[in-house]
Amino acid sequence: MKMLKLQIDGQELQAQKGTTILQAAKSIGIDIPTLCHSENLKPYGACRLCMVEITKDERTRLVASCVYEIEDGLVVKTNTERVKKIRRMIIELLWPSLTGLAKEYDVASSRFWPKETECNLCGLCVRYCSEIRKLDAVYFKGRGIDRELAIVPELARECAFCHQCHELCTGGWIVYHSDQAF
Amino acid sequence: MPRLKSPDDLYELREKLKQERDQRHTCVTICSGTGCIACRSQDVVAEFEREMAEKGLEDKVALRRTGCYGLCERGPIVVILPERICYLGTKAEDVSEIVSETLVKGRHVDRLLYEDVETGQRIVRLDDIPFYRKQERLLLEANSLVDPKRIEDYIAIGGYSALAKVLLEMNAEAVIEEIEKAGLRGRGGGGFPVGSKWRTTRDVPSDPKYIIVNADEGDPGAYMDRSILEGNPHSVLEGLIIGAFAIGSQKGYVYVRQEYPLAVENTEIAIKQLEEYGLIGKDILGSGFSFTVDIQRGAGAFVSGESSALMSAIEGKVGEPRLKYVHTAVKGLWDKPTCLNNVETFANVPLIINNGSDWYGRIGSDNSKGTKIFSLVGKVNNTGLVEIPMGMSLREIVYDIGGGIPNGKKFKAVQTGGPSGGVLPEGMLDIPVDFDRLEKVGSMMGSGGMIVMDEDTCMVDTARYYTDFLAHESCGKCVPCREGLRQMLRILDNITSGKGREGDIELLEELSEFLQEAAFCALGSTAPNPVLSTIAHFRDEYDAHIRDKRCPSGVCKDLIAYQIDAEACIGCGTCARNCPVDAISEVEGENTVYEIDQGKCIKCGNCIDVCPPKVEAVVKISSSVLLESA
Repeated sequence: MKMLKLQIDGQELQAQKGTTILQAAKSIGIDIPTLCHSENLKPYGACRLCMVEITKDERTRLVASCVYEIEDGLVVKTNTERVKKIRRMIIELLWPSLTGLAKEYDVASSRFWPKETECNLCGLCVRYCSEIRKLDAVYFKGRGIDRELAIVPELARECAFCHQCHELCTGGWIVYHSDQAF
Repeated sequence: MPRLKSPDDLYELREKLKQERDQRHTCVTICSGTGCIACRSQDVVAEFEREMAEKGLEDKVALRRTGCYGLCERGPIVVILPERICYLGTKAEDVSEIVSETLVKGRHVDRLLYEDVETGQRIVRLDDIPFYRKQERLLLEANSLVDPKRIEDYIAIGGYSALAKVLLEMNAEAVIEEIEKAGLRGRGGGGFPVGSKWRTTRDVPSDPKYIIVNADEGDPGAYMDRSILEGNPHSVLEGLIIGAFAIGSQKGYVYVRQEYPLAVENTEIAIKQLEEYGLIGKDILGSGFSFTVDIQRGAGAFVSGESSALMSAIEGKVGEPRLKYVHTAVKGLWDKPTCLNNVETFANVPLIINNGSDWYGRIGSDNSKGTKIFSLVGKVNNTGLVEIPMGMSLREIVYDIGGGIPNGKKFKAVQTGGPSGGVLPEGMLDIPVDFDRLEKVGSMMGSGGMIVMDEDTCMVDTARYYTDFLAHESCGKCVPCREGLRQMLRILDNITSGKGREGDIELLEELSEFLQEAAFCALGSTAPNPVLSTIAHFRDEYDAHIRDKRCPSGVCKDLIAYQIDAEACIGCGTCARNCPVDAISEVEGENTVYEIDQGKCIKCGNCIDVCPPKVEAVVKISSSVLLESA
């Protein structure tokens, strides 16, 4: 397998082609915060918490580190002011789901109206049910700001007796609702 | 129907069809685009058929249902060729007069001709009407020459000769070079160079490759692509087949909105005819090149117009954008190299091949070549489809072609680029319209929506409308777009209902920047444009809503009130009878006058509409606060 050289937060390292920035950072002990990511599931790139600044060919931009695969000569910065600003905003928007992270990023409260449900729509349960459990009992209903989680009525019984996705849940919706649907 | 086995077969057929067309010198064309159909143009067609049969004119005069003529405001449009006599607002009742006067005696029916607003003069020829005079209708002109349901019409005007030229005289490299040299840029919004997109797709060492026509036009008020597909589907399909040859694809898709039934129907018919003539299928025109096309109908999601979401939708998945760190040109539909272009982009291709890149390069501005079709709508006299060479100023479009603002109102802004575009104020009317200049001033070309707004439009309400549209049409996958737009909409809702607070504008700006930086796809990162551009150019309106609880344009219902001027009221009671919530009642006193119960009033505005013009006793006040203190 081809090895690629890159730099993360000033540290030089080598990693295999196909590795994501998130994985490469972890391998040298740099922790990038995530919400919708799970090592056992396909990268999703939706929560944007893991965004980092990359520089390639003298061009700097922001990418989601959970999906962006490393390239030779890539320079990554995981904790710049620009990145922190985004994370703070996400913490506020999903308040109070990320209170643990809030302390680290110095966010004491949210300026926004609270979410109407406990669900963060991170999709971990949906993807777990589809990719690993292969049941597709949980799905997203609607789009845009009307998007919500739902359980397929015909599969509610199986869902109620499974609970395998519960430990992945970031907001609590599936934990509260998987039994109720049945 | 004979299968065309070589270019010579095609040329022979064309000559034959041309002769057939020439036999009947005069042709009555009747616009059968969606707009004119809605104004009953099909009744006009039926009446023409009946009347011409009765007068025995069928052998001398041809009748043709055509695609959109563009001046939709004044449909149904009837144009008599070759003189190009243009009758507007034609009804079935007018047909017998047109037949007996124009077709039989060669005289004009004056009352149906365009009347110049200033001089009162009647204009006979279509091309002399101010709306058309400044246009350069490279693509739309063919709409009037063909019946979209007849491939023979398209072949007769030289259709598919560009395809024949490409297949037999050029190689893929030469085609791509020609498109690159022409400087054609994608008409779907981004303005990406088409040639280089084709080249990237071609160069990926992976098979099969796919090519897609994006006809998922979803901008409110925009219908350019719709009119091309409805009016001249073959121009798009010819461009598609040429594109397929250039990138080395054997399978194409037309992704078209289900909400465009006529476009779907005409494209289906066109594909069937192509199959019958052997212009798609195996070994096209004896060149050895094979290609097939399928139609994929969209299920009505705005976000599916985004290229990767569209590809998900074709795959049968939910139309959500995919990560594009690897381009769709490399990994697109079913992870195969895929080239996606907009309807209008493909329609430009045969023109470039037929006339050459040098010719094409002379049209338009420096970095934006060719023409662009806009749907000019909103508060403008001539609403409709306009095609202009790029680089024309907004002022020329709005005033010279669009005929200015109706009812003597003042121009306030023009919104370009659809929901993700921005508004431009009067001071920017002289900006030349092309990809780069519009983007520089915070708007964008988009797919070509152009909405004109007059002084009665509230810019905060406008920003709220677009944000609401985008918040509901976002796919909802990523946090910035879903949660960011949810909060922006809440803030705008508050401002427009008089609950705005100091700091709201700054918070909107902060959220906007966050969306631009962090959103998953271009729908999210461009979503703040309506908010940012209205703040940039109309900040005073935001301030009026927030600080004075006043809507200067009198639009936001919570910030306006209706009142009856007791001095002017003649006590006729029309307003009271038309009030849907019984909020208007008689005031006891010497003279009969009426008054509005502000607690009951829902601010529908019926009273002001029905109050007799000579009386005008109902007045709209732009602040509910003012009224209470009065």
